[in-house]
Amino acid sequence: MSAPALETRGLSMVYGTGDTAVRALDAVDFQASAGEILALMGPSGSGKTTLLMLLGCLLHPTAGAVWVEGQPLAGLSNHELAQLRLRRMGFIFQSYNLFPALTAAENIQVALELKGRDLGEAAELLDRVGLRGRLRNYPRQLSGGEKQRVAIARALAGDPPILLADEPTAALDSVTGRTVVKLLADLAHEQGRAVVVVTHDPRVGELADRVVRIEDGRIGL
Amino acid sequence: MTGGRSHWGAGMAGLLAWRNLAHDRSRFVVTLVGIIFAVVLIAMQMGLFLGFSDSTTTIINHTRADFWIVGKGSQNFEVTLPISERELYLARSVPGVAQAEALLVQFMLWKKPDGGNESIILLGSDLNTGLAGPWHIVEGRLEDLRRPDAVMTDRVYMDKLGVGRVGTQVEINNRRALLVGVTQGIRSFTTSPWVFASYRSAQHLSGFADDKTNYVIGRLRPDADPTQVRDALARILPRTDVYLSADFAARTRDYWMFTTGAGASVLMSAVLGLLVGVVIVAQVLYATTVDHLPEFGTLRAMGAPRAFIYKVILSQAVISATLGGLPGIAVSLMIAKGSEFSAAAILVPPRWTVVLYVITLVMCILASVASIRKAMSIDPAMVFQR
Ligand SMILES: Nc1ncnc2c1ncn2[C@@H]1O[C@H](COP(=O)(O)OP(=O)(O)O)[C@@H](O)[C@H]1O
Ligand SMILES: [Mg+2]
Repeated sequence: MSAPALETRGLSMVYGTGDTAVRALDAVDFQASAGEILALMGPSGSGKTTLLMLLGCLLHPTAGAVWVEGQPLAGLSNHELAQLRLRRMGFIFQSYNLFPALTAAENIQVALELKGRDLGEAAELLDRVGLRGRLRNYPRQLSGGEKQRVAIARALAGDPPILLADEPTAALDSVTGRTVVKLLADLAHEQGRAVVVVTHDPRVGELADRVVRIEDGRIGL
Repeated sequence: MTGGRSHWGAGMAGLLAWRNLAHDRSRFVVTLVGIIFAVVLIAMQMGLFLGFSDSTTTIINHTRADFWIVGKGSQNFEVTLPISERELYLARSVPGVAQAEALLVQFMLWKKPDGGNESIILLGSDLNTGLAGPWHIVEGRLEDLRRPDAVMTDRVYMDKLGVGRVGTQVEINNRRALLVGVTQGIRSFTTSPWVFASYRSAQHLSGFADDKTNYVIGRLRPDADPTQVRDALARILPRTDVYLSADFAARTRDYWMFTTGAGASVLMSAVLGLLVGVVIVAQVLYATTVDHLPEFGTLRAMGAPRAFIYKVILSQAVISATLGGLPGIAVSLMIAKGSEFSAAAILVPPRWTVVLYVITLVMCILASVASIRKAMSIDPAMVFQR
């Protein structure tokens, strides 16, 4: 059996020290596999984003360990972690984080160039998220849902096996949010990616293969 | 747009840099105006320095002499210790010397036709050889200087000397003289204008002793070794200093520009201009970077290497330097052109435009150091925390 796309054991994260220390995650064991979309749900402040950042190699844990496709992150330099993110992961953010001065196609081309891919793939990627013909539109000319789909297309540049999304539907109405989550689910099911979606939107949970609940930094069952 | 590997040499980093700049048009205009201002400031100070420097040696450079002989210990071109006419004959006897002649340079008082005095520097030279004397004559002819007590001066100084046109009677050192011609662009480094005359007229007007002179200048035989002849002249004329032309020009320039401190202060202004430029450009480039900080965070979260971020910010600097620098250089050239007929020349020689562009580039790159530090200091995790 091959290693899970993402795995943590005994993962803890404490922000700050002394009296002001905040225990954001407490001994979390977690797994996400290729081909599944997993919803990470819990109230605000429960530690969802912290877990996502640890999975995305953007934070160093206080204790415990993370494996990405079987590779332990412990001991990797910041440069190696950045390389790992670039090659194996795609990120999707609540507020899209598109480059406002670039067109939809150019936003994707930035990622393509960073990943050493042909810039011509931008059209194909936009096609895959259902935005054929919006190549030359700037983010301000797109609706929220369209912007999030451009962001997904950008995350798909370089064909990463892991997609990490933090509240991707929080800024969208429920119908649009649903199509975005459907799209993420298709990317998991049809293309065998591991998709982790942080959300506190119960409708996202309905579309996920699995829901992991987190409360006060602990995984519930 | 979608086919190639990259848009141009700088790739997507360059495109992002350009678009980020162009995105906020009003700030970009402010940036460019700041750069233009800084470039013009630097060019003007530099041009004044070059103009000053050039005017200290303008007579030496326009004199076709190979060597200059001057009274021992003379500090500058304008004020020298007199030497004996005998030195001229001795110089002519030195092997390798093709010709030698006397040159008279004297501060004199010039009385304006309508009263009032101005100090001038009278230069008397041999009209037959044409080694020294006025050039770029725009009114009158060189031959007119053969008339007794005839003089020429530059158009730049006609107002100052109170002469409106050729043919005006003036007084030099209480002797009558006649303005017979006008040159253009012969500026003096001191506040005293150059006034040209034949050697004989200058001798008469200044009342300088017949057997004395200021300078012996001359030319070498084509086959002569310049340093050997110089050394031979120095041996035979122990009471003089002997210089080859280039050395004499360098010595004179150094005296005025550095020994007197006049040049240092102008150079200082040029450096200040550069500093002001760096600060202005740093401010605007920094503001642009801060505005786009979340984008740099996104790039770093995606795993973009440091080099990519450097490339974006340095491209911003290079684009700003080019779009602000080139008009700045154009404005400077126009101002320099306009200064051609004024008393203080601002020289911006063509090859200095390249220097100016490089300075602008360096200025903009220095100015982006703060931006790079800011962009690299952000935690990529910030993009998730809002
Ligand atoms: N950079 C930080 N410094 C200090 N405390 C933090 C930081 N980030 C998050 N926290 C705290 O950690 C806990 C978990 O935060 P977070 O992971 O953002 O939760 P969620 O995404 O579920 O809302 C919260 O109590 C939050 O205040
Ligand atoms: Mg959160």
